[in-house]
Amino acid sequence: MNAVERLTVLKTYKLYVGGRFPRSESGRVYEVTDSKNNWLANAPLSSRKDARDAVVAARKAFGAWSGATAYNRGQILYRVAEMLEGRKAQFTREVADAEGLSKSKAADQVDATIDRWVWYAGWTDKIAQVIGGANPVAGPYFNLSSPEPTGVVAVLAPQKSSFLGLVSVLAPVIATGSTAVVVASEHAPLPALSLGEVLATSDVPGGVVNILSGRTAEIATPLASHQDVNAIDLAGADELLAKELEIAAADNLKRVLRPQPVDKVDWSATPGIDRMTAFLETKTVWHPTGSLGASGSSY
Amino acid sequence: MPTTAPAARALADVTASDGTLRRFLHGLPGVDAVGLEARAASLGTRSIKTTAKAYAIDLAIAMVDLTTLEGADTPGKVRALGAKAVRPDPTDRTTPSTAAVCVYPDMVATAKAAVAGSSVKVASVATAFPAGRAAIGVKLADVREAVAAGADEIDMVIDRGAFLAGDYMKVYDEITAVKEACGTSARLKVIFETGELSTYDNIRRASWLGMLAGADFIKTSTGKVAVNATPANTLLMLEAVRDFRAQTGVQVGVKPAGGIRTTKDAIKFLVLVNETVGEDWLDNHWFRFGASSLLNDLLMQRQKLATGRYSGPDYVTVD
Repeated sequence: MNAVERLTVLKTYKLYVGGRFPRSESGRVYEVTDSKNNWLANAPLSSRKDARDAVVAARKAFGAWSGATAYNRGQILYRVAEMLEGRKAQFTREVADAEGLSKSKAADQVDATIDRWVWYAGWTDKIAQVIGGANPVAGPYFNLSSPEPTGVVAVLAPQKSSFLGLVSVLAPVIATGSTAVVVASEHAPLPALSLGEVLATSDVPGGVVNILSGRTAEIATPLASHQDVNAIDLAGADELLAKELEIAAADNLKRVLRPQPVDKVDWSATPGIDRMTAFLETKTVWHPTGSLGASGSSY
Repeated sequence: MPTTAPAARALADVTASDGTLRRFLHGLPGVDAVGLEARAASLGTRSIKTTAKAYAIDLAIAMVDLTTLEGADTPGKVRALGAKAVRPDPTDRTTPSTAAVCVYPDMVATAKAAVAGSSVKVASVATAFPAGRAAIGVKLADVREAVAAGADEIDMVIDRGAFLAGDYMKVYDEITAVKEACGTSARLKVIFETGELSTYDNIRRASWLGMLAGADFIKTSTGKVAVNATPANTLLMLEAVRDFRAQTGVQVGVKPAGGIRTTKDAIKFLVLVNETVGEDWLDNHWFRFGASSLLNDLLMQRQKLATGRYSGPDYVTVD
């Protein structure tokens, strides 16, 4: 008996917003091709309303996520790494297609991405000790500084490095307790959209990460001017767009992380903590200690 | 039975006795639930943009009964609410005032002072809101106190227990008694708590019963149960006020309350009004939204239209 030829089961890539997988509100899609221009899949072409909905979801999730203990956030992020490990084959294929890499090169990228995720998971409960602490002041006060998450951060993912680059800009944002609206690489959004499926199944509360695909300029503009977005990472914007977005972002004094020279960044290098501190505010508390001299106490 | 409700004069035979009232209410045509929901859903798909949207947002703001009905209400909170009702967006003086503030009876005097000198009215829930489980004497005293304190509008709840038990005359008598207690100074809104009436047929019957008894407004819900105003039950009540005016010449207002939180929802309700009863009701004398968080969303949308930038909750007051 001949084996029956199987039907092809094509994947419908969808956005990831508020813990759910909606299509674009506009109903639009665009064709995603591999490096040799072969069709891979259709991805949702998000509109500014999708961006707005994503911000609402991110804002809603911010209270609980920023309020969770750093240790808990670390565990959840580590869980994401566990899930990624199980989906290695899928991501290797998607990264290979997206970036025109050989299978082994793509597998290296995916390994590096998972390592990166674990690296940031470890930082969640350590960053406060490194950049916060007691400040010596000239007066009878305890003076303590501690880092607090900025809020809702719009992240324009790098255009070329579709997975390692994406995680390198996303993980530091959520590790420190902010919530993110990510605009995936315009030409290679599939690994990002698949990452949404991983996040949805690894205890990350809905809305903490929201992933949009589409034209970067179209989605980024309303995000940059949005009054309820606290910061924007311009990693995926070219020079011209970055300038425009920075002007739009000035209106409500957003934190802006300027792009490094576009895609010349070596995403595989050890990142350092700059991307985390970029989206942290410092809270300083002055606590009176009373007159130390009078009581003889030296604390 | 002597009664002053003009509607009851037009349909005097209906309310003559328990039996005739029951026959009339049960003789109302049954509601096609699927058709009703489909109609409400299809009207909700209208796209309202640019100048029409700006008009709808301002109209909706002017229709809001800004409500605080919490056990934790303080005079300070009521004063803040009053100030917000008078001037919802202090940074933009072209923003209209809301229609009213809606508070518990003991807060009426505070609210009245807070909105003094403006067009904003003070509505008060009464009659043992929200359950309505109290003796008639208590309910009437509740109403009289609110009216004496200066309430311009009284939101009463019907006795759902009596209604569901089929004791329509009791509900009717209660509404007429409350109407009388309101006197000429206060308009009466009758709350059915549609979420507790279980069927659309019951909502239609309750609507007619309320209007026959002299309600100036019929209102969907208290906002205290799981199911509040929905497009479908509001559409049904709009049809009832339309038919009632056709038969008696008396116009009755409608107030959906509870669960309307976004501008998009509010505009859907305005479309329902326009398409069902027409422009006569597109006025805050005849249509209201019972809401608290809705106003902030309307203001954010208004700011978006004015500036082109999406606004956020940091730019409106927290209640």
